[in-house]
Amino acid sequence: MKTTRLTTCANWFLDRFPLTKLWNEHMAHYYAPKNFNFWYFFGSLALMVLVNQILTGILLTMNYKPDAQLAFDSVEYIMRDVNWGWLVRYMHSTGASAFFIVIYLHMFRGLIYGSYKHPRELIWIFGMLLFLALMAEAFMGYLLPWGQMSYWGAQVIISLFSAIPIVGDDLSLWIRGDYVVSDATLNRFFAFHVIAVPLALVMLVFLHIVALHEVGSNNPDGVEIKKYKDKEGIPLDGIPFHPYYTVKDLVGVGVFLIFFATIIFYLPEVGGFFLEADNFVPADPMKTPEHIAPLWYFTPFYAILRAVPDKFAGVIAMFGSIAVLFLLPWLDRSPVKSVRYRGSIFKKALALFVVSFVALGYLGTQPATPSATQFARFFSLIYFGFFLLMPIYTRWEKAKPVPSRLTKPLSAVELIPALRAALNEMTVAAPIQGHQSHTFIGSEFRRKPNPEGIRNVLVRLAKKIKASFD
Amino acid sequence: MKTIILSILLLVLSQGVFAGEGVDLQQANIDPEDRASILHGAKNFVTYCLGCHSLKHIRYQRIAQDLRIDEMKVLADVAPQGASMYDPMHSAMNAHDSNKWFGIQPPDLSLIARSRNPDWLYTYLKSFYADPKKPLGTNNLVFKDVGMPNVFWQVQGEQHAKLKLGDDGNETIDELELVEPGTLSEQEFDILVTDLVNFLAYVGEPVKQDRERIGKYVIFYLIMFLVIAYLLKKEYWKDVH
Repeated sequence: MKTTRLTTCANWFLDRFPLTKLWNEHMAHYYAPKNFNFWYFFGSLALMVLVNQILTGILLTMNYKPDAQLAFDSVEYIMRDVNWGWLVRYMHSTGASAFFIVIYLHMFRGLIYGSYKHPRELIWIFGMLLFLALMAEAFMGYLLPWGQMSYWGAQVIISLFSAIPIVGDDLSLWIRGDYVVSDATLNRFFAFHVIAVPLALVMLVFLHIVALHEVGSNNPDGVEIKKYKDKEGIPLDGIPFHPYYTVKDLVGVGVFLIFFATIIFYLPEVGGFFLEADNFVPADPMKTPEHIAPLWYFTPFYAILRAVPDKFAGVIAMFGSIAVLFLLPWLDRSPVKSVRYRGSIFKKALALFVVSFVALGYLGTQPATPSATQFARFFSLIYFGFFLLMPIYTRWEKAKPVPSRLTKPLSAVELIPALRAALNEMTVAAPIQGHQSHTFIGSEFRRKPNPEGIRNVLVRLAKKIKASFD
Repeated sequence: MKTIILSILLLVLSQGVFAGEGVDLQQANIDPEDRASILHGAKNFVTYCLGCHSLKHIRYQRIAQDLRIDEMKVLADVAPQGASMYDPMHSAMNAHDSNKWFGIQPPDLSLIARSRNPDWLYTYLKSFYADPKKPLGTNNLVFKDVGMPNVFWQVQGEQHAKLKLGDDGNETIDELELVEPGTLSEQEFDILVTDLVNFLAYVGEPVKQDRERIGKYVIFYLIMFLVIAYLLKKEYWKDVH
């Protein structure tokens, strides 16, 4: 081939930088198990949301003013007078909630398929550090609009530190830089939110991915694909990440963006869950809102905090509820990774955990009435029970035999015949009375609900769900 | 075990442990696409509200642009004398005077429709009643002991509270009745308040109409993207078994 000036330049660069090597190691020759299901979209989606947050965040900082006198008005200025400012702001505010939805699903994936177990403990630890950094990032970012909820939410959370004996008061004073949340607090939170924590996030994402690519991805069967390799050392059940998973993740991106755009363009507030009504009132240090609730993604932990009668013990319980997640790789003693081959005790415990997490999330949004607090205590016990009793119940669970190779996943398209059969069973064909319709072929019959069939389908579904817990 | 938890949850929800308090709100039947109504609301705002409350996050020019009317017409019909096209809707009252008169500075209402909601505003504006115990002679059913007087007393007339004896022996307000009619009929007054709320809802988020219009195209594009992405994936994956 004739060397053009372009290839000369490219070769000059490639002789000095291992771009080809990097690309091959992490994309073209990184072999991932071929049976990833939809749970495996959330890793790449989290990365995309991070990029969205960074880009929209940069645009927002161009017009935002981190000043207690100007902050609230500058956000409204962005919403009204900056070209496309409203879109950038909604992308950022919706992105924050989307980040947590994606991350919670990503973590849950790890939980059900045992992705935290040997040899992937370090990936889990990096992931948990990411989760912590993300919570700090969201908490500090939420102060910036300087609305009533921003202000009082920060006031409540920072005052938690004052519950720590001896150093507590000095510590919370040091965090705020003032005796109450004020301009000083806003400025330092701005600095942390736009540079310090994002840097930590990006570095942790790098470590998370490097650690993942060192040991290889887990999969829904929890089988190590590296055990069976062909002559060239390529796992028999592995496929190159690029192009197979890059094109597959594009489908996930498409589905995600449709939901994302629907929220941005049609319900940016999501009934007060993504943007709270009280946050459209400028911060007023003299007026405490009736009901202070953090945004939805913190509410499970907030409910645990309020469930404990003693403030300091509550703070310990709240941080403990996150710290316990770090220990997960060592709490789980089961020899089996995936929930598909685990015993019934783990499945039931997992179901209880999901119920308690969602219930705590709901209770955290509600005022702490005495009965609500009782429920929060009950669900907090389940939450901690799931983790702290894990060494006991996973040791004795009866795991099913794990296959040596991957099983074939059922794709969404392959489910269509079964769904159609169920629909046929649940409805009964009835001739249309009166006129003849020509709109659809064979539409002289209209399908009506069939109570008998619906009952049968539901009973079978219930039996199937019950059997899946054995 | 799961059934126990499920039944507990159902019990919690059915008991209404966490039910909200306050009066039932009336429906504000506002139509954000009715630009004439929003324009009427803007005029009503300047007449009845701007004396005390500012709307500092909206400019007269933006109103003209969004309602698709001539800028000069907005200056002539809506804006108070002396206002410029690019001015935000500032109030003439200063903080010092208002603190002296009302004990509080009347809040800026740019975002009131987002922090409250249109139904709340509509009900609130219609729920003033005569209360001789208050310094300004009026109280409000939705916002008890509010510092604001009934600015509509001339057009709405005077409402009195009808009391009823509760089970616990305390008197509570059952409903409001119009004892002295104002210059507008009840129906005309409802329209006035509806237009005003419609305007405030518009000011809360002027871009809302645009956003919903653009959203359709974005989502259509994304569905097309999804179809192509899916076909691409299928093409690549057909040799994976």
